[in-house]
Amino acid sequence: MLDVPEWAGHRAGQHLDVRLTAEDGYRAERSYSIASPPGEPVAITVERLDDGEVSPYLTEELRAGDALELRGPIGGYFVWGPDDGGPLLLVAGGSGIVPLMAMLRLRLATGSDVPARLLYSSRTLADVIYRPELDGLGADVVHTLTREQPAGWTGYARRVDAAMLAEVAWPAGQDPRVFVCGPTPFVETVAGSLVDLGYPPQRVKTERFGATGGR
Amino acid sequence: MTDALDGNAIGGLLLEVFGTELTAAQGTCGSCGAQRPVAELAVYLRAPGTVVRCPSCDSVLMTFVEVRAIWSVDMRGLAELEL
Repeated sequence: MLDVPEWAGHRAGQHLDVRLTAEDGYRAERSYSIASPPGEPVAITVERLDDGEVSPYLTEELRAGDALELRGPIGGYFVWGPDDGGPLLLVAGGSGIVPLMAMLRLRLATGSDVPARLLYSSRTLADVIYRPELDGLGADVVHTLTREQPAGWTGYARRVDAAMLAEVAWPAGQDPRVFVCGPTPFVETVAGSLVDLGYPPQRVKTERFGATGGR
Repeated sequence: MTDALDGNAIGGLLLEVFGTELTAAQGTCGSCGAQRPVAELAVYLRAPGTVVRCPSCDSVLMTFVEVRAIWSVDMRGLAELEL
């Protein structure tokens, strides 16, 4: 949770840049999606990368009360608000859930009646971010666990593919709004499959991240 | 080469250089004419410098290099950038 003086307010799906400057002047900058909905204090979710330059500091060194250099809010494309309508199809790979969570939290907070469906790919059940909160969002949440499944798992157990999307996605004729966020290969697969299912490319908004310099 | 990111990743850079949000702006490739929002362009962050390419024909559309707090921006590959 960040207390940002003069924060202009943000939209669901936007991100911010965190800049760290070392004593010798070396700078590292990374983008992090904003997890909290508009109207609430700015919160980001940081996945620690062992060989990262910024995430180890944010997850292990940073203490409450420390100051950070931020830039944002950023982005006017990968954003959703209740007035944009739906139905909403959100497809997340790993920590790609974060900006989509801001959209689902906004939808819940505003009492929007836009139907929403989330397809969320994680490696294992322990890797599912926001797990306790997901069931209470009033959205259809469909999980796939790609690496390891607990005993008795009844959800999907493979990477997201065209056949899975054909089962989970709203029919293209319902004019869904789609947001896909995850690592680049994941996003390419999902977006390509949805277009094959008849989704207009301009309705499929994507955000790719990578481990080096991405978010 | 690492996977390309997309134009969302340079939203902050564009904000710093141009002073306005540009990820939703529509870019037109000067080589093949493909039109896309900046957010959907292919971005390589460590090229060195930042290189933006057309996902359709791979032409270089924009490059950004920062040296001692001065930005060098080359946008010759873009035919049009519509806000």
